[in-house]
Amino acid sequence: MRITCPNCGERDRREFYYQGDALALGRPADDAGLDDWDDYLHNRDNPAGDTRDLWFHEAGCGAWLVVERNTVTHAVHAATLAEKVKR
Amino acid sequence: MGYSGFRVIKEGLFGQKGWKPVWRDPDPKAEYDAIIIGGGGHGLSTAFYLAKEHGMTNIAVLEKSYIGGGNVGRNTTIVRANYFLPGNSEFYSHSLKMWEGMEQELNYNVMHSQRGLINLFHSDGQRDAFARRGNAMINQGDDAILLDRDGVREHLPYLDFDNVRFPIYGGLYHPRGGSARHDAVAWGYARGADQRGVDIIQNCEVTGIDIEGGVVKGVQTTRGAIKAKKVGIVVAGRSGQVAAMAGMRLPIESHVLQAFVTEGLKPVIDHVVSFGMGHFYISQSDKGGLVFGGDIDFYSSYAARGNLPMKEHVMDAAMTLMPVIGKAKVLRSWGGIMDMTPDGSPIIDKTPTEGLFIDCGWCYGGFKAVPGSGFSFAHLMATGHHHEAAAKFRLDRFRSGAGLMDEEGTGSQHNLH
Repeated sequence: MRITCPNCGERDRREFYYQGDALALGRPADDAGLDDWDDYLHNRDNPAGDTRDLWFHEAGCGAWLVVERNTVTHAVHAATLAEKVKR
Repeated sequence: MGYSGFRVIKEGLFGQKGWKPVWRDPDPKAEYDAIIIGGGGHGLSTAFYLAKEHGMTNIAVLEKSYIGGGNVGRNTTIVRANYFLPGNSEFYSHSLKMWEGMEQELNYNVMHSQRGLINLFHSDGQRDAFARRGNAMINQGDDAILLDRDGVREHLPYLDFDNVRFPIYGGLYHPRGGSARHDAVAWGYARGADQRGVDIIQNCEVTGIDIEGGVVKGVQTTRGAIKAKKVGIVVAGRSGQVAAMAGMRLPIESHVLQAFVTEGLKPVIDHVVSFGMGHFYISQSDKGGLVFGGDIDFYSSYAARGNLPMKEHVMDAAMTLMPVIGKAKVLRSWGGIMDMTPDGSPIIDKTPTEGLFIDCGWCYGGFKAVPGSGFSFAHLMATGHHHEAAAKFRLDRFRSGAGLMDEEGTGSQHNLH
């Protein structure tokens, strides 16, 4: 699996650290309540198919990326800088 | 029809013509008292114990593919009870005791071999952690022996004791640990359940769960609608999809875990051995193949195959620990889909829908749990009460934060187990 970093180009999967579902970008308000926090921290759609998740280019430019890929085929469709992704 | 040494000889003399299929291939009925979604090890043992312990025989197991084709046939077959935390400790202890009676209970040879499990450690800190774990195992009533370096050498003379980067300080020896023939476990439970009247329905995929007024009424399948008063979801890596049919989102992310097997060799690895400085564990099957595995690939995946980085890591670890196996040729590698929870421990619980139960989140450790999970889940489905050995496997522990069981001590977060 290779991921095309917007800064560095196509790189080996080994350069990246997987954080999890990109819903991590949508942090709830501190007082949002138990359900919102439970959904944010634990509950997942866990799709078999296209997914969006957060990867950290730790052995490259150090950017956080939102990666669109397929969990069944391991095809990587796109990678965008997380700072440019609107919630 | 039972199995015995006499029968093996008799069939041998008469051309093996007397063996019959050991479970029926029935069409689904319109209604059952209970339906188990998922014909893996856990689903089949659940059905077996519902019939055997609770007299529920008007039940069906629905399997989308074939029996033994999922994770129960894709694991590295390790059976052990070396857990540390309350919740896990009593559960796996109970499950190991059930393993020890399984072949008699099922009249089926699952080739359960208590050849001993040795977890190696490579530093003073790891020795302390394993000593503590061993004490917890002994307190639970199981067995654990802390081996020093010479003690390990006596059992495992073929390890690389000269490795200066990862010196072997010792190992935690669990003599009752071992392995089993994984397909036989599925087949044995399928046969036992079938003999008690359970319908095992293969090639029957559940496509919907019928719920009215918060109460489960049955399921929709590729072979028609089936009504049921109780439905149990036991689908491992597919838990997220099936739970979604009941409007639930689970604290589960599915990951791929790889395993490997070499060509058949003469006996060389007598135990189950795990490396403490890389993720690697190995045993030798009765056919002679070295069966070994490592960690998950660490990104969500439903592909039943992995990627090269983890393969490299596993092979590196193997060659670091036991270069003796370096010339063995790897025949196959494959992946299984693991239902990973944030704390790395499982869930056996009711759901918000009345009559709908779930058994999931076994992460990469489900095989050894097959009898205990089925027994406890059957108890919950039949009585409505949690079985005491599995009472801490609650779904709401993530939401509340109370009762988390983070056995690895890495944090209760999705990408850490």
